[in-house]
Amino acid sequence: MNGAHDLGGMHGFGAINAEPEATEPVFHADWERRVFGMVRAAGALGKWTSDMSRHARERQHPVDYLRHTYYENWLAGLEKQLLESGLLTAEELRTHKAGGKADDATRQRVLTTSDVPRVLVQGSPATLPAEGPPRFQPGQRVRAFNRHPPGHTRAPRYVRGRTGTIHEHRGAHVLPDLSAQGIRAGHHLYSVRFEAAELWGDSAARDCVYVDLWEDYLEPAG
Amino acid sequence: MSEHHHHHDHHHDHDHTDPPSDLELRVKSLESLLVEKGLVDPAAIDLLVDAYETKIGPRNGAKVVAKAWSDPAFKKWLLEDATAAIASLGFTGRGGEHMKAVENTAKVHNVVVCTLCSCYPWPVLGLPPVWYKSAPYRSRAVADPRGVLKEFGTGLPEDVEVRVWDSTSEVRYLVLPERPANTDGWSEEQLATLVTRNSMIGVEKARTTDN
Repeated sequence: MNGAHDLGGMHGFGAINAEPEATEPVFHADWERRVFGMVRAAGALGKWTSDMSRHARERQHPVDYLRHTYYENWLAGLEKQLLESGLLTAEELRTHKAGGKADDATRQRVLTTSDVPRVLVQGSPATLPAEGPPRFQPGQRVRAFNRHPPGHTRAPRYVRGRTGTIHEHRGAHVLPDLSAQGIRAGHHLYSVRFEAAELWGDSAARDCVYVDLWEDYLEPAG
Repeated sequence: MSEHHHHHDHHHDHDHTDPPSDLELRVKSLESLLVEKGLVDPAAIDLLVDAYETKIGPRNGAKVVAKAWSDPAFKKWLLEDATAAIASLGFTGRGGEHMKAVENTAKVHNVVVCTLCSCYPWPVLGLPPVWYKSAPYRSRAVADPRGVLKEFGTGLPEDVEVRVWDSTSEVRYLVLPERPANTDGWSEEQLATLVTRNSMIGVEKARTTDN
């Protein structure tokens, strides 16, 4: 979707104003700690994928997405997912009173202190075999489709319709567009190099942007 | 159990991180509700948060970089299969399943961004700083990387190619900075002190031996 999250190339946000590395805390308030922890713990219930989480944040009103701080967006996304997955009812979220305990099957998946050490070192790989061999080879010229899907996608607006060069095949990874709908399908993933001049117009600098793009986003270019 | 972290709270003057109290209440109420439903265990949340505040951070990445500077075989492995090379030092988990290391040289400078959200190599760098997740960085890093680098005090000659890596998939990028001059014979532990978080994102170079 062409949401406020797709920020590459936008103007007007001003200076970065980075806090000094030596003194910036990991969290800036206790509520941020709780939101981070709740998102991780609720995610362990297995009711949604990380692409569904990203899409839940992206689907906020663009003004809200840009006005909110980072963990406010996480909180808004978490509330949306708790409702959409049926883990909470709208009534429960509004009144903050539980209508009853969650079902046994869900509660058996609750993240406990004894699970945490394992969860911290174990990731969940996104690789999944694709149907058929990769269509593109390193060095090949490709164009990103000029598509504007209303759902979740990981093709940023600034590469759509632009031509680049396959840098590497990254194997087959879960396609986010489908994963955001709860469907797991492996598609070939490539690192694609785009020259700065192709993306942003005439540029004197010899700069470039590498973007990871799925085969589904690309077509051969002459 | 989270009380022992309160001393980390910084009461600084950024409006955008000073939440209204209704936000604090909203978060507390949501957690209480989830506990009442039996969906989260607050002690597990405490442990997760504590790990990202005290264990999983950029000192891990600095060890990877210092080893690559010291051990050519490890550096080769890191550039060929960063996931396995990094895992061999014990750094695994969410955000580190598919790692790529990109090497800075006299002619190439790499910098990492996630324009669409905040993808970042957690096992080696921890959770990202506020600026990495912010609209100014995410909007400008791909279109004006030299302007962004200048804002971090990093000037590059025109003949150096800037490569920006936009983290649009589950692949996560770690910049391997150039080894600073005058560090011959330094131990990995000494070298690691020169490796900053920002140098592994690519917005700065590693520290030099005179600062």
